[in-house]
Amino acid sequence: MLKKKMMALATVVTLAGTILSACGGASTSDNSSKKEEKVKIGMVTDLGGVNDKSFNQSAWEGLQSFSKKNDLKAGTKSDDDVRYLQSTQATDYTPNLNQLIHQNFNLVFGVGYLMASDVTKVAQQNPKANLAIIDSVIVDKSNKPLKNVASITFKEEQGSFLVGVVAGLTTKTNKIGFVGGINSELIKKFENGFKAGVKSVNPKAEIYSQYAGAFDAPDKGQAIAATMYGKGADIIYQAAGATGNGVFTEAKSEKKHGKKVWVIGVDRDQYEEGLPENVTLTSMVKRVDKAVNDVSQQTKDGHFPGGQILSFGLKEDGVGIAPSKQNVSKDIINQVNDYKKKIINGSIKVPTTDKEFKAFKS
Amino acid sequence: MTKILKNVHWFNIIVPIIAVILGLLVGAIIMLLTGYNPILAYQSILESVFLQPYYTGETIRAIIPLILTGLAVAFAFRTGLFNIGVEGQLLVGWFAAVAVSLMFSGLPKLILLPLAIIVSALAGGLWGFIPGLLKARLKVHEVIITIMMNYIALYTTNYLIKHFLYAEGEKTPNIPEAASLASTFLSNLTQGSRLHWGIIVALLAALIVWFLLWRTTKGYELRAVGYNPHASRYAGMNVKNNIVLSMVISGALAGVAGSMEGLGTYQYMMINSTFIGIGFNGIAVALLGMNTSIGVIIGAALFAILQTGSITMQSTAGVPTEIVSIIIAVIIFFIGSSYIIRWCLLRVTKGGK
Repeated sequence: MLKKKMMALATVVTLAGTILSACGGASTSDNSSKKEEKVKIGMVTDLGGVNDKSFNQSAWEGLQSFSKKNDLKAGTKSDDDVRYLQSTQATDYTPNLNQLIHQNFNLVFGVGYLMASDVTKVAQQNPKANLAIIDSVIVDKSNKPLKNVASITFKEEQGSFLVGVVAGLTTKTNKIGFVGGINSELIKKFENGFKAGVKSVNPKAEIYSQYAGAFDAPDKGQAIAATMYGKGADIIYQAAGATGNGVFTEAKSEKKHGKKVWVIGVDRDQYEEGLPENVTLTSMVKRVDKAVNDVSQQTKDGHFPGGQILSFGLKEDGVGIAPSKQNVSKDIINQVNDYKKKIINGSIKVPTTDKEFKAFKS
Repeated sequence: MTKILKNVHWFNIIVPIIAVILGLLVGAIIMLLTGYNPILAYQSILESVFLQPYYTGETIRAIIPLILTGLAVAFAFRTGLFNIGVEGQLLVGWFAAVAVSLMFSGLPKLILLPLAIIVSALAGGLWGFIPGLLKARLKVHEVIITIMMNYIALYTTNYLIKHFLYAEGEKTPNIPEAASLASTFLSNLTQGSRLHWGIIVALLAALIVWFLLWRTTKGYELRAVGYNPHASRYAGMNVKNNIVLSMVISGALAGVAGSMEGLGTYQYMMINSTFIGIGFNGIAVALLGMNTSIGVIIGAALFAILQTGSITMQSTAGVPTEIVSIIIAVIIFFIGSSYIIRWCLLRVTKGGK
């Protein structure tokens, strides 16, 4: 009986201890010193979270480099000037955006087109707040851009064209694959730009393209890649988010068995994803970080691009070919640079839709 | 104290309260260990939810679907069925409500709004009917089927949106004003939150469930089947029909929860890449509420406070939202192990004699 009493006593002491130590924590954190007016910039992630190895992460990297340049503090603490809020479910988007606006942030980014309707609503409710969205265009009911939202879009077709040129010149079998995530207007830009690039340098090449129907299904990506490599393709361009990881897995196992195959990565420089078998030919990079950084800097300088549709292409360095070029020959790089110039000066107009691609081919 | 503990009724109330307190304590310990300030975190939850109208509104909005999914799980529990398919039934109801309001957008509000809610209940009910029937006729375990039905619901609704009701942004078009539960009055009252009239529907549903289960003969039968199906059959009740009925009503409640999201919170349905979780949270709400109407309302309120609070906790105290998920998990853990709490309580009180 005594033993049990002692145990009960021990429990009570531990509990009391935690409560007291919790109280102790409160007294030390009363350093809410007033700071002079600084620019405050925030972003709200979509469900992928800030470490998604894709555009949420890229956007946060952009904000981090912005804060470094301007000597601001970036982090998750409540008194940081540059911060992010993560969303755990779709209902969190609106309250998260509002939260930053209520705290008088000078600019709030909504990362990803899934947040478009939330950004629209919040922007209309808070006409004085400045917002920005990535991969979408925010308009009101009469299709006019909202004055307090900067819409950031990318010319993915231009970057895809360049990796298409690389693929068209590198292929030995004249068969090339494209694996897309969800069949949508956005991913169609990747596909058609890529096909146009391939056809410009290698009209005989055959292109298989297929959509997995999801951005988070590596198994499907792997199955599609296996079929394409089986049909004789030696290069696959993946624009499929996490689904694309399956393409890498398949390419690595093909290479282990002696077949010479390549993958072209997307969004970030995916050279490392291809190691150790070294299957990444090159990557089409989409510089969300640069766009976020640019818009933040403009806002800080008092030129918030509200109501504008910003389009980041080759010219703005918003898309392009990855810096890792070990696997691409010098000769090909030179040709890529020629095409880059032609796209920038407008003598080549890269198709974005199936219709435009048909017109481009003929 | 021992007298109170021997009274089962009181004990049922004490256990969830202790579980919640323990959950919050464990959450506090984790925050301390990871270098966050738990007092500031909990304070920010309470301040935002009770003092800032916007978050009060958002909290009440989050309560609405949780009450309905909680009731759905609780209702099936009363008949001895574990309906894990609430999530899928919710998605089906959500889609049905949005689809009906888009199809009949010309109807006046007085007809269209009730029609959309009723259709969502029918759709959810159908999704509950299938596992109910399989369970009653073929003795297939309802847990297995309802899990599978969740996936069918998720991908079927995605397919239907993609091919028939697609609008830019991976969602359906917005529903017409005539089908909307949103209210500018409630929104203005709470500084522009998304609070909508669905709260009345949810509270009404809680009342109906209570009345049905405790004040009607059918409800008595349903509960009797839950307590002991063999004795019920011996007493002349139709156990099979009661199982099917219970799953249909449970599914209907979940379907209405879906319509609350479609007609109230979002005004559309998006293509979900994974489950949204309101249905699964409903299981926890029902457990916490001890499968009673009033308990479910309280449980839903607690979960909604934690969920909305996690947003302000993240922004004012810098605590990651994952901590709230841990607290919720710990609370469920302690409710699940209510036997331990009971044992501890009895030891402590005996020792005090």
